Amino acid sequence: MDFSVLLNDVPTLVAVIVGVPAVLAAYIVGGEYLVRLLPDKARPAVRPWIWVGPALVIVGVFLVYPVFGTLWRSFFDTSGNNFVGLGNYANQLSGFPNGNAWIAIRNNIYWLILFTLLVLFFGLLFAVLTDRVPYESPIKSLIFMPMAISFVALSVIWLFMYSYQQPGDPQTGTMNAILQVFHHDPITWVQDPNIATFALIAAGIWGFVGFAMVILSAALKGIPGDLLEAARVDGAGEITIFRRVIFPLMMPTIVVVGTTLVIFALKAFDIVYVMTGGNYDTDVLANRMYKLAFQSPFETGLSSAVAVILVLAVVPVLIFNLRQFRAVEARR
Amino acid sequence: MIGRRLTTLIGAGMAALVALVACGTGSTASKGSVHVLAVWAAAEQDSFLATLKPFEDQTGIKVLYESTRDVDSVLATRLAAGNPPEIAALPSLASVNKYAGQGKLVQLDNGILDMNTMNAQYSPGWIKLGTINGKLYQIFAWASVKGLIWYNPTKFAAKGYQVPTDWASLMALSAKIKADGTTPWCIAVASGAASGWPGSDWVKEIVLSQSGPTVYDSWWQGKTKWTDPAIKNAWLTWGTILGPNDSNVSGGAKTILSQPFGNGGDGLFKNPPKCYMHNQASFITANFVSQDKAVPGTDFKFFPLPDVDPQFAGAHVGGGDSFSMFKDTSQSRALIKYLTTPEAQAIWVKRGGKLSPNKSFDPANYPDDITRQVAAVMTGAKIFDFDAGDLMPTVMFNAYWAAVLKFVADQSKLDSILANLDTIQATAYK
Repeated sequence: MDFSVLLNDVPTLVAVIVGVPAVLAAYIVGGEYLVRLLPDKARPAVRPWIWVGPALVIVGVFLVYPVFGTLWRSFFDTSGNNFVGLGNYANQLSGFPNGNAWIAIRNNIYWLILFTLLVLFFGLLFAVLTDRVPYESPIKSLIFMPMAISFVALSVIWLFMYSYQQPGDPQTGTMNAILQVFHHDPITWVQDPNIATFALIAAGIWGFVGFAMVILSAALKGIPGDLLEAARVDGAGEITIFRRVIFPLMMPTIVVVGTTLVIFALKAFDIVYVMTGGNYDTDVLANRMYKLAFQSPFETGLSSAVAVILVLAVVPVLIFNLRQFRAVEARR
Repeated sequence: MIGRRLTTLIGAGMAALVALVACGTGSTASKGSVHVLAVWAAAEQDSFLATLKPFEDQTGIKVLYESTRDVDSVLATRLAAGNPPEIAALPSLASVNKYAGQGKLVQLDNGILDMNTMNAQYSPGWIKLGTINGKLYQIFAWASVKGLIWYNPTKFAAKGYQVPTDWASLMALSAKIKADGTTPWCIAVASGAASGWPGSDWVKEIVLSQSGPTVYDSWWQGKTKWTDPAIKNAWLTWGTILGPNDSNVSGGAKTILSQPFGNGGDGLFKNPPKCYMHNQASFITANFVSQDKAVPGTDFKFFPLPDVDPQFAGAHVGGGDSFSMFKDTSQSRALIKYLTTPEAQAIWVKRGGKLSPNKSFDPANYPDDITRQVAAVMTGAKIFDFDAGDLMPTVMFNAYWAAVLKFVADQSKLDSILANLDTIQATAYK
């Protein structure tokens, strides 16, 4: 690694290392100084705003402003000068069922349903199964490990696993090697439009099960042992205990994990970008938005419309998630 | 108390900052620096940095090189922020056109470059490529030529196959190889998000050689439709190379679509060979040597893709690495001048993988005979046109690549594929 690049711009480096903390410290000290000048009664009303101020500014500049900027931009044409009303939305939503954004919308729905449900299913399965064995932590570490891999690296790994060689040649990809053992012809996993999206979702599931498992496992451990004991004394079998006691108690956590997964499924981008680039009918909204925005002729209006569609799809889930989160907090 | 101590600390910090800034600017202000943005990474980056080394040594100017595979996006963002690099190597001429139109580029034939030297060193074609609305906005440092058919001379000799000299003999050879029980061609188009481009090379080479430069130019300019008989004909001609259901190609559609382009020619060197011919630009020889342990000259040679229509004999599609200037400083002027010199270009050429577009370039600088022969194809071309993909807007050439994938999967869908390209063409050129 060549660190000399850091020395190319010494003033910037110094400004970042020394300047940023210095400015923050000066802000806090200065703010506190000003607050003390105020009458005693006014201080509690002003002080929180001083402390929360930087965060508000950052959220405003980097989140609120871009969101409304995107919304505004989505009503204008490519040049950004002419108001076109809902024209960009009409453009993207025309051509049902195969034109424009519809393939991407269809695939996002696949992701939404399959990714969310299967990650939850496997996460819950592994959480419950590993709970009962002595070698729990090594198993859980192994299953959690894919979370530590960036999704770009994960996609490259799965591209190798899905790789295809002609029938008769040695199969270098894991999946086709397995098929070869059973004397089945190799499959072009990511080049066949009928299965490519599902192949990508499978890679995503592999990458995310660990996340669901860890949180669900923690929730499982939070269930008091005497509750299960009482159920057993009452004569309930293990399956009944899971269905009637464990599952209902874990429900709030499952919902929070589930909604997080839904948001992730709607945002799916890296796997698609790396593995197929949206070819073979695997496009998703986030990839479409990226392509529209960053490839000439830079359709920023259309791209913003796709972004807004995506935001509109996420917002209800987000609200539900926040409510659920609060409900869980309130029960503590 | 705490407040006062903090204030002292901050004061000390500020003082240190000022001192460091003074030192920092003091040490770098001598000759200045120039930022360059380009796509080259890994081995290519090493070659580019090696090219810059003598420049840095002679002038004392520091070149700050930034590499990204996504030059279009990065540049668009940097320009929007008012902070472009001084010099960028743009992979797409469509972007150069756009930025020139917006006045974001620095005109180069207006005192920056000595146009007498430029005209003496570059053929009018290269100058014309960099000229937009009568002003020169980019210069070419390196070039490449496409449409080279690689074959294995040993395997050819074993079967008594002759190198074809015209289109009819190419088709006859293909039929003969097929009759002998082998697929004549190896084709591989997988390339991550850019999948499909090797097939698009086939089509554009056929367009130029079959319908000539006038049709070719109006096609990439978006004036000739994809459904136009000339363009459709090129796809159909490529279809005759692929054969019905891609049966002329090793492994058929599944292999064409799933094989990474870098492994495309491996079948030439298998025993028995999986195919006898592979169409790819000259860079592929590096893969032959490293992956297949093939020896240039004995294990592989090439012949240029024969003329489809003799009316346009000697037509070849090529590419090039161009540089444009976004900020006019004395350092960026010096660098762009340096990159037009044959001495600078020779550094990368000697390392392999590039040709020089410069007329005064000494062929002795080419690293081997094959590269010298490839260069001869470029300099000897009667019609030399630039890669149409690099000339189209990004959306257009991405759709073009995606269309290749669909065509390979099912040739019978050509009409709907071309109709779809027409709808994209209608909005891509604004």
